[in-house]
Amino acid sequence: MTAVTADRTFSASAGERRPVDAHVVVAGLAASYGAGPPALRGVGFEARAGQAIAVLGPNGGGKTTLFRALLGELAAAAGEIAIGGAVAYVPQTERSRLDFPVSALDVALMGAYARTPWYRRVAAADRALARASLARVGLAEHERKRFGTLSGGQRQRVLIARALVQDAGVLLLDEPFAGVDQTSERAIMGILDELRAEGRVLLIATHDVDQARRWDRVLCLRGEQVAYGPPSQTLTNAVLEATYGAEIVMLDCGHRAVAIQHHPH
Amino acid sequence: MAILHSGLLQRALLEIVVLGAACGALGVWLLHLRHAYAAESLAHAMLPGLVLASLAGAPLLLGAAGGVLVTAALIALATRDARVGSEIAVGVVVTTAFGLGAVLALSPQVPVGIDRLLFGDLLGTATSDLLTAGGLAVAVGACLAVGHRRLAVAVFDPVSAPSLGVQPPRVELALLALLAIAVVAAVLSLGNLLVFALLVAPAAAAMRVGRSLRAQILLAAGLGSLSGLLGLVASSELDVAASGSVALAAVALYALAAIAAPRTPRGASGARRSPMEALGAPR
Repeated sequence: MTAVTADRTFSASAGERRPVDAHVVVAGLAASYGAGPPALRGVGFEARAGQAIAVLGPNGGGKTTLFRALLGELAAAAGEIAIGGAVAYVPQTERSRLDFPVSALDVALMGAYARTPWYRRVAAADRALARASLARVGLAEHERKRFGTLSGGQRQRVLIARALVQDAGVLLLDEPFAGVDQTSERAIMGILDELRAEGRVLLIATHDVDQARRWDRVLCLRGEQVAYGPPSQTLTNAVLEATYGAEIVMLDCGHRAVAIQHHPH
Repeated sequence: MAILHSGLLQRALLEIVVLGAACGALGVWLLHLRHAYAAESLAHAMLPGLVLASLAGAPLLLGAAGGVLVTAALIALATRDARVGSEIAVGVVVTTAFGLGAVLALSPQVPVGIDRLLFGDLLGTATSDLLTAGGLAVAVGACLAVGHRRLAVAVFDPVSAPSLGVQPPRVELALLALLAIAVVAAVLSLGNLLVFALLVAPAAAAMRVGRSLRAQILLAAGLGSLSGLLGLVASSELDVAASGSVALAAVALYALAAIAAPRTPRGASGARRSPMEALGAPR
């Protein structure tokens, strides 16, 4: 049996926008593209409100497949997914069209499109929310700037603001620190910590093992689930070798391990 | 000026201004989605439909619509064969259709000359056809306005689009349908070969100059209308072919924009894409 449930625990029009009980519960999940063999199987984990989960794995390991299944874009071939809160996807910024003439505010407003009827303009409350979300990620003065002219880190923050406009309880972030300078990295870290404190669930796909140590849980994928648990139990040489195989490069006797092959495309 | 006194010219002027605005606005989306090749293909491949309609004494608009539908079906069929690239498939279908149209058009039974089908006849088109075409152009503009947000998401961020409530393949299909309607509407006035100028030149000019998406679209619509106006006035004053003058006016306006803003057109960079690739067909 396959079941995907998404309870919207907070309304779009509420003045106080805080997810009440965001959670992600996945059990025995297998997902495939078309009729082919499963691209991902045997995935089961439970993320509670306020938890940030690093999703580690090689290219083709199933990170994107998992995200697409959680977004409901890919039907699960087996298993169950239960999600509390709306799910938003925060892509890598280079994936979007940087030559497209939209401002930071235009991009943030896209988060309100799904709830805007085709015959209406975006509601004034949503415009205010988009402005507030940009201010929250520290980009209030940049709202009129073209998205493509912002730095990588600023663009990443605009996309996080868009997820906030979507009222997401669960944020799926694809390599949020790729191509981001140190100042922006710290700013994004601060924002993500705030979102956790509000009870949102974050899933952060990353190639950076060192970075993964910062989060509450680590999910290791290699076509199937290799491990899930706190960093101290999952970021071990044995687990990382099982996840990355020969791809892993160990530095400083395993204290600084960086998986090679960045930017899956 | 004769254009102010002749009912025929006034009617044609109204028609070309509406058509120019719709084609200009549509063109901005086509260029942002990199569908210029689709625009050219569809316009050329409807020729046999036009010729057959003219042979059968049916309305030319009907022939144009039929030609577009058959072409789309053939392209879909040809791209199913994975060994054939989608661009090659489009190229083969389009040239076959165009060749067939030319052969048919040269038969003595065809009442309308092939030059009229290839280059249009803005001043010789029946009022009912002009009204239908004008109505179609207005409908295309209205659809673009209604679908603006979805189009923007589909172009800007197709990866996240589904989670924002937008399905890019559906949006692109809808845009190609609008393109087909616009081409059908424009083909009688501008002809098979010159429709493309009105779809691409005003949009390319507007994308060089316009800073926001809204500005680009409004500017392209304005430049499209202006091309129609200038072309028609030039045609009536200098006694040259109307559709050719309109196409030349559109390209001249683009040249002015290129001189005024000499940099790469926004969003028009990158590889062109065939219509079927946009529908998710394998490369």
